[in-house]
Formats: sequence, C-alpha cells, structure tokens
Amino acid sequence: MQSSPILYPKGPVAETERDLLFLATAIMLFTLLPVYLITFWSCWRYRANGKGAYRPDWHKSIFVELFIWAGPLVIIVVIGVLVVIYTYRLDPYKPLVSDEKTFRVQAVAQNWKWLFIYPDQQVAVVNELAFPSGRPVNIEITSDTVMTSFIIPALGGQIYAMAGMTTHLNLEAFEPGRCTGRNTQFSGRGFPHMVFEVQLLSENDFARWLDNVKKANKRLDSMSYQKLLRPATKYPVEYYSWVEPELFSRIIAKYTGASGALPLQKTGSLE
Amino acid sequence: MLGRLTIDALPFYSWVAMGGALVTVLIVLLTALVVTWAGKWRYLWEEWLTSVDHKRIGVMYIMLALVMLVRGFIDAIMMRAQQAIALNNEGYLPPEHFEQIFTSHGTIMVFFMAMPFLTGLINIVVPQQLGARDVAFPFMNSVSLWLTAAGAGLVGISLVLGKFSTAGWTGYPPYSGIGFSPGVGVDYWIWALLVSGVGSTMTGINFITTILRCRAPGMKLMQMPLFVWTTLCTSILMAFAFPALTVVAALLGLDRTVGMHFFTNELGGNMMNFANLIWIWGHPEVYILILPAFGVFSEVTAVFSRKRLFGYRSLVYATMAIGLLSFTVWLHHFFTMGSSPNVNAIFGIATMIIAVPTGVKIFDWLFTMVRGRIAFHPAMLFTIGFIITFVIGGITGVLLAIPPVDYQMHNTTFLVAHFHNMLIPGALFGYFAGTQFWFPKVFGFRLNEFWGKMVFSCWLIGFYLAFMPLYALGLLGMTRRLEQYTHPDWQPFLLVAFAGACVVLVGVFSVFMQFYVSIKNRNEHRDLTGDPWNGRTLEWATSSPAAPYNFAVIPEVNSVDAFWEMKKKGEAYDFPDQYEPIIMPANTAAGVLIGLCGFLVGFAFVWYLWWLAILAMVSAMAVVIVRSCNDHGEEIITPEAIMAIESKRKAQLISVEGLSARGAPA
Ligand code: HEM
Ligand SMILES: [Cu+2]
Ligand SMILES: [Cu+2]
Repeated sequence: MQSSPILYPKGPVAETERDLLFLATAIMLFTLLPVYLITFWSCWRYRANGKGAYRPDWHKSIFVELFIWAGPLVIIVVIGVLVVIYTYRLDPYKPLVSDEKTFRVQAVAQNWKWLFIYPDQQVAVVNELAFPSGRPVNIEITSDTVMTSFIIPALGGQIYAMAGMTTHLNLEAFEPGRCTGRNTQFSGRGFPHMVFEVQLLSENDFARWLDNVKKANKRLDSMSYQKLLRPATKYPVEYYSWVEPELFSRIIAKYTGASGALPLQKTGSLE
Repeated sequence: MLGRLTIDALPFYSWVAMGGALVTVLIVLLTALVVTWAGKWRYLWEEWLTSVDHKRIGVMYIMLALVMLVRGFIDAIMMRAQQAIALNNEGYLPPEHFEQIFTSHGTIMVFFMAMPFLTGLINIVVPQQLGARDVAFPFMNSVSLWLTAAGAGLVGISLVLGKFSTAGWTGYPPYSGIGFSPGVGVDYWIWALLVSGVGSTMTGINFITTILRCRAPGMKLMQMPLFVWTTLCTSILMAFAFPALTVVAALLGLDRTVGMHFFTNELGGNMMNFANLIWIWGHPEVYILILPAFGVFSEVTAVFSRKRLFGYRSLVYATMAIGLLSFTVWLHHFFTMGSSPNVNAIFGIATMIIAVPTGVKIFDWLFTMVRGRIAFHPAMLFTIGFIITFVIGGITGVLLAIPPVDYQMHNTTFLVAHFHNMLIPGALFGYFAGTQFWFPKVFGFRLNEFWGKMVFSCWLIGFYLAFMPLYALGLLGMTRRLEQYTHPDWQPFLLVAFAGACVVLVGVFSVFMQFYVSIKNRNEHRDLTGDPWNGRTLEWATSSPAAPYNFAVIPEVNSVDAFWEMKKKGEAYDFPDQYEPIIMPANTAAGVLIGLCGFLVGFAFVWYLWWLAILAMVSAMAVVIVRSCNDHGEEIITPEAIMAIESKRKAQLISVEGLSARGAPA
C-alpha cells in the first residue's frame, strides 16, 4: 500500500481528505461491532439445539427499539457534522489560504491527452503538469471533447471537465516530488492512457523547467491547436514555448457561442 | 430497405466477439431443436408462453433472469481475466470489445438479471401472500413479461448483429451522442431500456393495484407480510422512477436519430441534465432491486428462527422511509461535477440518513433470531451471509456519501466494490434465498440442501475474494473501466479478484447443479402438505404447487402471520362441502405478440428500418385493439372441477403423517 497516492498524500488537501476518510471509517466501524457480535452470538446460542430460551412470541421491546433507532441515528449525526465541516473546508473551488502567491494553470481535456496552459508564463505543455511546490495552485478545467474527470490523487480532489464549462480545483504540494494525475471518466479507446505526470518543483527547478519549455520550437496558436486536437493515444510530453493569449476562453467559447470562438470541428468516433 | 444493416454488422472485428456470437446462435438453435425433438412446442405455447397465471409468469421471469445471470457473469469473468493479465500489455480483448463488455455486464445485470428475478419472485409470491387468486391485471402482467424479454432479446442480438454500446450502463453523453458514438451500440442500449422500461412501469402499477385492492378480506395494511410491504414500496418506486428513465433514454434517442441537441456539447445541449435525469431514476432503482430482497430476508428469518418477526412496525416504517428517501439523494452520483458545498453537503447528509432505517432493519432481523430456534437452511444461510457482508457495503456507502471522500473515490474500483457489495449480498443473495424458500411452493418438491449450501458458500467466499481487493485497489488509485494498466502493484490484487470470480463460477454452476439434482430426486423431496417449513404466511396455506386459482375459498385474515394463527386455532386445513365457481382469465397470445412487436420496434429503430418500425407499431396497436374487443377473455372453473382438485389435496394431506400435529404450530 506504500504506493497508494490516497493513503500517502503529497499535499494538504489530500492529507485532510485522507484523515477524514480514516476518522469516518473508525466511527463507522462501531456499527460493525454490534452487528457481528449479535449475529454470531445469536447464531450460536439460538441454533436448533442451542442453550438459548425459546420465546416464539417475543416480538417487541421498547428498550431494544429505542436502541436500534437511536444507535444508527447518533452515528449518522456525528458523521453528518463531519460532512458539513469538511465539505466547506475542502470545497474544491475555495482558494487555499497561504502567504505565497497562487499559481495559475488551465487544463483542457482532449482525446486522449491533457493540455496544460500557463497563462502567466504564456507557455503550454501536453501531458505534463509542473508547478512550484509550497504554493497554492488554482487549476481551471474544461474539456474539448466528451465529459472527463480530472484528478491528481496524491494532491486530492477530483472534478469533472465539461465542454463549454469551467470547473476549478485548488491544490497544493508540500514539497518537491512527482506524482500522476488522470482522467477517471471513461472517454473511449485511449482512456486507460489518459494519464499525465505531475512535477512538483522547487522555485529554482521550476524556473529551470520553464526555461526548458521556452526553448522548445513549437508555438500553440489556433492553427496548431486544431492539429493537436486530433485523437491520439499515448501522446508524448510536448512543450510549446508560446501560447496564444485567451486560448482557454476561446476553446470554451466554441461551445457557448461567445465571440472569439475557435472553429467547431466535426467530432469523430471514439469507439 | 435494410437501413444501416449491412454485412459489416457481423462481428468480424474480434475473435472473441465472433466466438460469443457463434455460441449465442448455437444455443438458440439447440434450444429450438431440443423443443422440436421433444415435440413440446404446443405445450410450451399453450401452457407457458401464452399463460396469464401469475405463478407461471413468475417462473418465466426467473428463467429469463437465470439465463441472463449466466450471460452477465460470463462478461464479468472475461473482464476479470483481462485485467488479471493486462499489465503493460493489451491482454486478450481488443479495447472496443472490453468496452462493450463492461457496458453489457452492467446493463444485463441490472435490467435483465436483477429486475426479472425480483419481478418473478413478486409474481409468484405476492398474490398468494395476499390470499388473492391473481394479480389485478393479469393480461398486463403478461405484456410486462414479454416486453422485458424483448429488451433482453435486443441485448442478446447485439452480440450477433452489430455492436453493443461502449458508454457504460449509465450511458453518459456526450460520449453516447451520435457525434462520438456513431455506431448502433448506444441505440441497442437505448431501445433495450425503453422497451423493458415500459414493462417495469406496468409491473409497478400492477402490483400497487394488486396490493391495495386484492387483499383477502380482513387483511389490514398493518397485517400484510413484510414481503408484500417491500413489494408495495418497490412497485411505487418502479411506477415513479421508470418514467424518468423512459424520458431520458427517449431524449438521448432523439438526440441521436433526429439530430436534437438535448445533451450534446453544442447548440445549448447540456449533459448535466442527463446526469440528473438518469440518477433520478438510477438511485431509486438501487432500492427497487434491494427492497424485495429485504422482504425475502424478513420472511426467511422469521420462519427459520421459528419465531414471530421482531419489530414488525419498525420494519414497515423503515421500508417506507427508505422508499421515500431514495428519491432525495440522486446527486451523490456527481458530487464531483462542481456543485456548491451547500448542495453537496445536503445531498451527502440526505444519503446517510438512509443508513438509519437500513440499520434498524438489520437489527430487527437480528432480534428476530434472538430467542428463536434457528435452522440453518440455505435460505437462512444466505440471510446471515447477507447481514455480515451488507454492513461492510453500508459502511463504505456512508464513506462515499461524504463529499470530500467521494472526490478521491469517485470512479475508482472502490466504488465498484461498494456497489457490488450492495447488489450481490443485498439483492442477489435475497433472490437466491427466495428461490430456496419458495421453490417447493411452485414445483411441489424441495431443493437439494447440499447444493444449496454449495451455492451459498461459493458465492459468499467468491464475493469476498473478488471484491475486497477492489477496495484496496481503489485506495491505490485504480480507476474503473480500465482495459489495461501500467502499475505492477495492482496486479496481485487483480489476480486475487480473478480467483474470486472463479469461485463464483463454481457458485453459478452449483445453481444449475442444484436444480438438476433436485429435479432428478424430486420424489424424495416431495412437499405433500404445501407447508414444508412450517410457514407463517398465507402462501403456505395452498397446496404445492398451488391450484390455478390458488385458494378454493378466499381466507379471512385478522392478524399478522395469518396462516400461523390458523394453524394455532386448528383451522388451517378446513375443507368446505361445496364450492362456488371461480372465474379466471383465459390464456392469450396477445402478450407474446406485443412483446415481439416491441422487439421489432427496437430492432428497427436501431438499424433505421423505418418501414419495419411503422409495421411493428401498427401491429402492436392492432393486437391491443383485437384483444380489447375480445369477450372470451375468461374461463370458468366449475365447482365440480374444484371439488376434484380439492379432494385430491385433502387425501394427500391425510396421507401425510403427523398432519394433525401440524394443525397447531409448536
Ligand atoms: C460475482 C459476480 C460479478 C463480478 C465478478 C463482477 C465484475 C464486474 C467488473 C469486473 C466490472 C467492471 C469494473 C470496471 O469497469 O472496472 C463490473 C461492473 C459492473 N457490475 Fe459487476 N460483477 C459481478 C456481479 C454483478 C451483479 C450481480 C450486478 C448487479 C446486480 C453487477 C452490476 C455491475 C454494474 C452496474 C457495473 C458497472 C458497469 C459500468 O461500469 O458501466 N455486477 N462488474
Ligand atoms: Cu457542467
Ligand atoms: Cu445513489
């Protein structure tokens, strides 16, 4: 289980989610105990030639009824309180509190790859997401194909990506390292490979990484974007040293009819 | 003339699919041959296919369910085999085939295994428990059966002609739209749901009416057996939830065939509406599947603990509460779609509130066992196995209902493990228990208990092996619907899961072995009294198998456990000197014909054979009109005929030793 991104998180959001999972599991285990005890005890004691007294008409008891309604109710009230507290605390749209400046990334789901646009750095990368660790990250997500779902389990959260709509995730990494993210919503042939690597870098390493991207000789404008959009499986990591401003909103505009939209091309079979 | 239907429809794209098609065709041909060779077509048609007797309709539903169980299970074990080997390689299934398999598995198991299974049990048992002679609308009952069978037929033929959908059993657009899935697959899925869904809606209406209108005189609502109560709730859910499914499938069909844009990416279509509509049906559907099983567990625990059901009122209120609440939680299926924390928190809490009545039911069953005399009949074993396994599923369900936990677990195998944890012990075990329990009532002999215990052990052990690793895999980050993967640390778990599926395979085999052995030795297991387990409710008051009219004289009821009371008072086996004539509905071919038309309509729309679609719809209409004008829809059973049947039953009862002692329960 060492390799579990959920049990060994790399960021505060995933860590809180894991602790919540543990806490809720521990509370719920209290329900297991009485059920198993009564089951095994009564199977043994009241078996056909067991020792238990036989009372065929015993069918109500205020005391027992109280216990069986109140027991589950109490547990659910406790968990319900957790739900309220943590659903607000871990709302994926809520910006993380931090002294550091929030880092912005935009993610676009395609078949079957992820395009990451760095609006402040004016670069774009396919199938690799890099950002400085220790800084909150705000990811804006959309899809230029069917509905998909974006997750980086080691950092936490998950949110659907839908064409013509934007969803948000706010994440953060504790320290430099790497992990993976993927689409979890089945989207056709290349779905199993719709994975991307996440590089959590120190500020220096990130600057170096950015330099590397800037050295690439590809530029992402509306024309090359249409080419990139063609379905492909196991698409390699690709760097674009420049990205057209507003590309992200022009992709969304395709589906909303807003001005400046990219052309809407014909969709193709994903089977 | 042939629409989209060309030679390309044949499954040449994969050897495995080709093999599946061949086997399907061979089985159909073989069955036809065997029936012809035995000269049984006439018997089959007159006694079974055209029957409107609720017991026979029930049996046919269950046969359909068992056939589809095998089909759905083959899909399951093929997926397990694929994932067991597909580490960094393609495995043995081409992607398009794997995708069809997870879709057909889910679709078949829910719509054509579980639904017919529970409808079959309900059909067989409920009228007898009510002290009624038949359901409220016997002809409609036959139509429901044949529409369900037509839907199953559409899934079956998709294996031979064309492909099935690859969009999963919930068919989310825009993937399932014509743009991204241009083939016939999604259309097969839509029409299988549409045709069978109409059947389910009618079943719901039929049983609501039956239960409210056809109870034996004196039977108050609060005296109805628990299985009748759960059926009532299930039927209400069917009648209210299935229209949502019909609507959403029809809208998707319009999107695909006539170019509407309800759920597309473009032109204002909105896929989120689809998610809402399908889960407004989908979440109640889960309780449609589970509640009847809860009813079975209630009957079985009381009878095999030889004790009155503990907390009858609690159980009834809990059942009603579950039914109502099931309509309020659908949004937990898309916590991750970006709703506000208000919405997510409310739906999370609404979801877990259902755990309270469910917990109450579990404890009521447990306290029914307390101070009883438990006999470990296979039906009881299934009940105990259900209790200890279902709590695990309940716990993981509550975990998934916490939105931030769901953000991590959504779409992983943890979820797959959870819902199988609800559906296999929660629903299927109940149907199996019901089969073990009521089989003698239908066929007049008991099932072999050794093989019953085999069925139970293999399904229980197989279940734990097959699905506990999936919980672990979910925590390891494994997503559902993966046809291959690159993480070596997943493989050991997937191998165990495959082994578990193989154990279940033995369990599936044992189901049929149990029937075979029991039929072979039926003379040793005869049930001459009609009451093999010292039962408590009215269905045990009739002979096994029951006469076509169930009750020669409709019983009077004035307590819970009506038959138990009658036995206590020594009135259980009174025979009158005279009988009134009984009017029963006559058999009719109309149900089969409407089913056939339903199948053709679906098939025609899938392949764009517009002339056939119109022809089939007009024919269906014609059958309905002819049937409505027909005034020979009834058959009168004369007092003499009844006397003959009842005297035989009396003689049989007297021949059984110890009958007098049976008059009063111990
Ligand atoms: C022991 C028997 C069974 C085995 C081994 C099994 C196995 C599987 C597997 C491997 C999947 C695909 C999971 C994935 O895509 O990652 C699946 C999905 C599913 N199963 Fe089962 N299953 C069994 C019985 C059942 C039963 C009894 C039901 C319902 C009553 C059921 C309902 C479903 C549904 C609804 C899905 C989802 C399909 C989808 O993703 O579209 N299964 N099962
Ligand atoms: Cu949306
Ligand atoms: Cu649900």
